[in-house]
Amino acid sequence: MVKVTSWGRLDHADHNVRPLNNIQAVSLALREGAPGIAYGMGRSYGDVCLNPGGTLWTTTGLDHFIKFDDKSGSLICEAGVLLRDIQQLAVPRGWSLPVTPGTQLITVGGAIANDVHGKSHHVNGTFGDHVRSLTLIRTDGSQIVCGPDLRADWFAATVGGIGLTGLITQAEIQLRRIPGPWIETQTVPFSNLDEFFAISNESDSHWENSVSWLDCVSSGGGRGLFMRGNPVAVEAKKIRHRIALPIPLVPPFSLVNKLSLRAFNSAYFQINRRRTEKAVTHYEPFLYPLDNVQDWNRMYGPRGFFQYQSVVPRENGRDVTAAMLHEIAGSGQGSFLAVLKTFGERIPVGMLSFPRPGVTFALDFPNRGMETLHLLDRLDAIVGEAGGRIYLAKDARMSRELFETGYPRIHEFLDYRDPGMSSAMSRRLLGN
Amino acid sequence: MRHILIVGATSAIAEQCARIWVKEASVELTLVGRDQVKIEGLRADLLARSPLSRITTQILDFQNPIAITELAKRVTEDGDLDIVLIAHGDLPSQAACEEDLALVASTLSVNGISPSLFAEAFAEQFAIVNHGTIAIIGSVASDRGRRSNYVYGAAKALLAHYAAGLQHRFAGTDVKIVLIKPGPTATPMTASLQQKGQRLARVDRVAAAIVNAIDAGTPVLYTPSLWRLIMFVIRNLPQGIFNKLRV
Repeated sequence: MVKVTSWGRLDHADHNVRPLNNIQAVSLALREGAPGIAYGMGRSYGDVCLNPGGTLWTTTGLDHFIKFDDKSGSLICEAGVLLRDIQQLAVPRGWSLPVTPGTQLITVGGAIANDVHGKSHHVNGTFGDHVRSLTLIRTDGSQIVCGPDLRADWFAATVGGIGLTGLITQAEIQLRRIPGPWIETQTVPFSNLDEFFAISNESDSHWENSVSWLDCVSSGGGRGLFMRGNPVAVEAKKIRHRIALPIPLVPPFSLVNKLSLRAFNSAYFQINRRRTEKAVTHYEPFLYPLDNVQDWNRMYGPRGFFQYQSVVPRENGRDVTAAMLHEIAGSGQGSFLAVLKTFGERIPVGMLSFPRPGVTFALDFPNRGMETLHLLDRLDAIVGEAGGRIYLAKDARMSRELFETGYPRIHEFLDYRDPGMSSAMSRRLLGN
Repeated sequence: MRHILIVGATSAIAEQCARIWVKEASVELTLVGRDQVKIEGLRADLLARSPLSRITTQILDFQNPIAITELAKRVTEDGDLDIVLIAHGDLPSQAACEEDLALVASTLSVNGISPSLFAEAFAEQFAIVNHGTIAIIGSVASDRGRRSNYVYGAAKALLAHYAAGLQHRFAGTDVKIVLIKPGPTATPMTASLQQKGQRLARVDRVAAAIVNAIDAGTPVLYTPSLWRLIMFVIRNLPQGIFNKLRV
């Protein structure tokens, strides 16, 4: 048994870890190890990838490319390949993943199972929108190949299906043409939520990438920085190789606390609000700013932290966000990285996919026990009231009731569940 | 294009070395293995990474001296082979060996005799043209017989002696012999150690060190380098103290 945790570092339980290294041997390993759940890079925050006391099939050994056609942009690879490896392969040849989250250190299988999204959601939708087919192996040893036009019901259950329909072994992904590795970026400060929505509405049709950082500590709340970017063709520039800053140990207490939050939020806003001119930057620091700090999750100390990401319909977006900010300010617990974005109108493919048209708000809180849990419950009430939902890839504690109202297609999904797939999250939210 | 031949190409360390080589530049690669499906999977992966590389595969009986000699002759016919990496190996549990003499025999053969045969066969060919580097993956386990893995360690010690002999033979020539001694590395071979929660070296880092050592012609590489010190201490411990250790 090995102690395994997820990115939030809330729980470190023993698991029976079974590495998958050979795609031919997956079927046998699933039959022998079930029940269990797939574990890639452990970058989901809560309990979606954990199975305390039981089996974890680790997938990072399934890391082979199978075929890349640089005329059509079609890539076939095993599910343990990292998005970073795809970008490093594709970008020099003029192709890119159309959708990536804020880290590229995740597996293809994890990206599909959580149907991840990114700064380009309003243009490119979710990761699942670019998957042309995938291969699923069930714990009974059977294999299902599915895609948007092939056994589409299985595809809809598996994309965003949090690993519960079987283990994804390979996928075909359609990449997107890019002019090069450069992105033209611009930062626009805003001083309240109304300004945010005005900038967001104006940007959506012109900017492929957008995301906002929100200062949720300052009085009143709602000021922040709107960051937007477009791929751009420029002459080859020298790429500054970034030195990854390590956080070599877990500090005895959270470095993210009242004092540091106030100082950080204020400084971050003041430094960046004057940088409004357009700039050209490499795609890595723009798309994956935190990948440059190794193990940044350690800075929350030994008790870990909660990530919280909600989405609510657009019409309530402003008021709900304001109410959440008010609740956070009242609690005295701030968030280091408060991120706000409006999703596009596209309905995602997965039955349990998180994005929907509306406003998404992501927050993180150092784990201070009951105090933090109570705050999150109050945020849940606001989100639930507004008809919103919480992102499963980040959740560690929402109630079954909020899950069922937020994800109405769950009953449809259950028909596709693999009974040999079980995680801490499935037991918490589905009962088994 | 550089021409590199890898024996045991689907082993995790060899595979990572191959990825580094195709990333650096287009190369000609000859992948030698035992499992057709696995080796074709590796070939496809490397071709996706480097479409201009020339990659061929060979399935071979690793215990057959005649097949090994023929392979070495055939591949060196054009006189353009630059590097041979001999990477195959297998680590059974010591306890299982102690209960099964047949397993002892196969462990000694797979980890000691077979790689030595490959080294000798390619050394013969490199001697003719006075060019080429043979890199052999040994192990820190070869440095002193220990209760935890002496069957595997003895096989690797045979290989280490073989490499030392070849280095002596080719001293002053343009044929280089590189012996690599990885510490415990996170690969499928060490799955049982990982299950016990032992901290292991990252295979991509080990591979990067190997590729550098091959370029430099380093005679003996410990990787991660801390293992040079650890094994120095273990080799030099007086028997009385050593006997009390559970290593």
